[in-house]
Amino acid sequence: MTRELRRRTPEELLREVQAEEAGAVSKGHLKIFLGYASGVGKSFRMLDEARRRRERGQDIVIGAIQPRLSPDVRGLLERLEVIPLKTVDGETAIDVETIIRRHPTVCVVDGLAYNNPPGVRNRARWQDVQELLDAGIKVIASINVQYVAELRDQVKEITGKEITETVPGSFIKSADEIEIIDAPAEESMDRTPEEEVETKRRQERLSKLRELALVIAADVVDFQLHQYLESHGIKQRFGAHERILVCITPRANLDEMLEEACIVADRFHGELMAAYVKQPGISQADQLALDAKLALARAAGAQIEILEGDDPAEALVQYARSHGVTQLFVGHSQRGGLARFRGSPLDKLIWEGHGMDVRVFPQ
Amino acid sequence: MAEQKRGKLKIYMGYAAGVGKTFKMLEEAHRLRAAGMDVVIGYFESHGRQETIDKAEGLELIPRQKIEYRGASFEEMDTAAILARHPAVCVVDEFPHTNVPGSPRTKRWEDVEKVLESGTDVLTTMNIQHLESLNDQVWEISGVRVRETIPDWVVQQADEVVMVDLTPRALLHRLQRGVVYKIEKAESALKNFFRESTLVALRELALRQAAHEVKQRITQDETRALPPVSARPHKPRRIVVLVTADPRTAMLIRRARRVSDFLGAECFAVAVQPTGDVSGLPQEARESVERHLNFARNLHIETRILQGDDVASTLVDFGRRNRITQIFITRPRRRTILPGLSGDPAQRIVNMAKEMQVVIVSEREPGT
Repeated sequence: MTRELRRRTPEELLREVQAEEAGAVSKGHLKIFLGYASGVGKSFRMLDEARRRRERGQDIVIGAIQPRLSPDVRGLLERLEVIPLKTVDGETAIDVETIIRRHPTVCVVDGLAYNNPPGVRNRARWQDVQELLDAGIKVIASINVQYVAELRDQVKEITGKEITETVPGSFIKSADEIEIIDAPAEESMDRTPEEEVETKRRQERLSKLRELALVIAADVVDFQLHQYLESHGIKQRFGAHERILVCITPRANLDEMLEEACIVADRFHGELMAAYVKQPGISQADQLALDAKLALARAAGAQIEILEGDDPAEALVQYARSHGVTQLFVGHSQRGGLARFRGSPLDKLIWEGHGMDVRVFPQ
Repeated sequence: MAEQKRGKLKIYMGYAAGVGKTFKMLEEAHRLRAAGMDVVIGYFESHGRQETIDKAEGLELIPRQKIEYRGASFEEMDTAAILARHPAVCVVDEFPHTNVPGSPRTKRWEDVEKVLESGTDVLTTMNIQHLESLNDQVWEISGVRVRETIPDWVVQQADEVVMVDLTPRALLHRLQRGVVYKIEKAESALKNFFRESTLVALRELALRQAAHEVKQRITQDETRALPPVSARPHKPRRIVVLVTADPRTAMLIRRARRVSDFLGAECFAVAVQPTGDVSGLPQEARESVERHLNFARNLHIETRILQGDDVASTLVDFGRRNRITQIFITRPRRRTILPGLSGDPAQRIVNMAKEMQVVIVSEREPGT
């Protein structure tokens, strides 16, 4: 669903670690509250946290707040220090200079996804926030899922609306903490039948956004978990996230395997991968069949991996284990009976693949 | 008397003690009361947390009932008193709780079922680790075998599942400040369930489950409201689980249940015995098979004992006759070199099942 939020190559990882070490001196800490619609209570939750932090003696200011506020949010705001937005040509932006000069421990930015008016140094508000972080200020910010840049198409499909003010997924992913504000899509009251239909549609749209927000939060959490495990040298992989690996061979009946794998990935909000182990001396016909199958898997949205190794089963299992695969999809021709089964790659996969389910497709 | 309309169930789902489930539930109770609803607290556990105790203030509390067991006195939710009081909304903490022996019902979720049947809406709380089908994954993540579980169908019946989220860091801070547990208890909690990596993994599990619950409810609404739109309807999926005396059968059943629920498949559990019943088995094996069949039935899986001398061919034949699409079995215990030496039918099932898929389910082990 959001592959770019998920896994990094070892090279990317190294770059990140290096970047982190280089900037570790005084980089601020970013906490994001993620919601799926206005009115789920993000502003209240953020300002309530601001109140609690202030009561514990932290130096905290409000850098931006949403224009329309409910009475209880306004009540919270009264007891907090606010640095007003600055106005440029009738439009507003965070007053980065004043905040940095004031240099609080924590700054609250309600609403990350705004474009700045022309004339302001940064194009978008999230870049202002990056500046605050770079200045060593801790930032608590909020955003609705529909403003994540990578989700634009999905959001358009759900809501029919084109979003122009977005925040890159990599920025969301870089948050030290993310917390989801979840609430059911509003319940329908007594309405006329026409209103009832419209309400149902609205609820469905909201539910889809809600699902998206929960999955994004889970993906960010998964990313953080990987980072934590890697930084602590822990090899263990947790099966909290379903990952399906389809094993491709030239003769595999891939259509059925891929169709099933796509459904499973969709229903489990899982990740779809496909792997092929290079074989020496492969015939031209087999190579063509293989290329067609790899293209098919790629078109289905699978992340493709071409592996090398003398022992195909071992190469697959090793790859699967190091990538947290929970379900391995593999084809099996029953020709040859039991005698050929024993010691076969499939036998090995089943035997070696502990910690993951092996789904065998007849072909 | 006119038939009662069933009450609505709303579950506040978290991933650990202290994330704020009870607090959030009580907030909702106050909101409903302010809107003029008749709200009572049927059961509530403050764990001595002052913020939570304060939050319960102003709500009517139904006193707990005392239950004597082995010379000691225990307190449980008084379901009869709630039914007699018949409020519009009832707040019930700790959905997965097991009642002390001698209580009218074994599980709190069964008490809640009664309250819902009487037409009262229920707000309740639970943590993700108590969901039956995730028991093995929770064991893998935390090294803790959770005993108090809720069958998945009970949660599926809920009208709403709301995720109560808090970052692990904030939770650990709360724990260190002694907000969640008294300090001495917090020390040991920090070592076990509250290790940061465990918390992060459980949280991910809860978020994905919450996403699934939302998705499932959208799909339900769609199927109810609209004719099927997809040009090619999915062929119905039917899963069968092989039940044996092997203790890993419980894990196998849980996994099959979870996969069937996510794929919208029908699920069956079958044992194969030469006599067509369990009478031919030694006592220990008989009890295990019966326990596993019972376990499957509690998860709303239809069970059968098939008559047959050969497990593999009987099972595959059953699959063929019942249009089964997937057979779920456990991994073979030992790798066999010589034909005929293994009592495990896995290899033969894989070889015989020409029209269906075979899923070999692996046990999940906690890390060190």
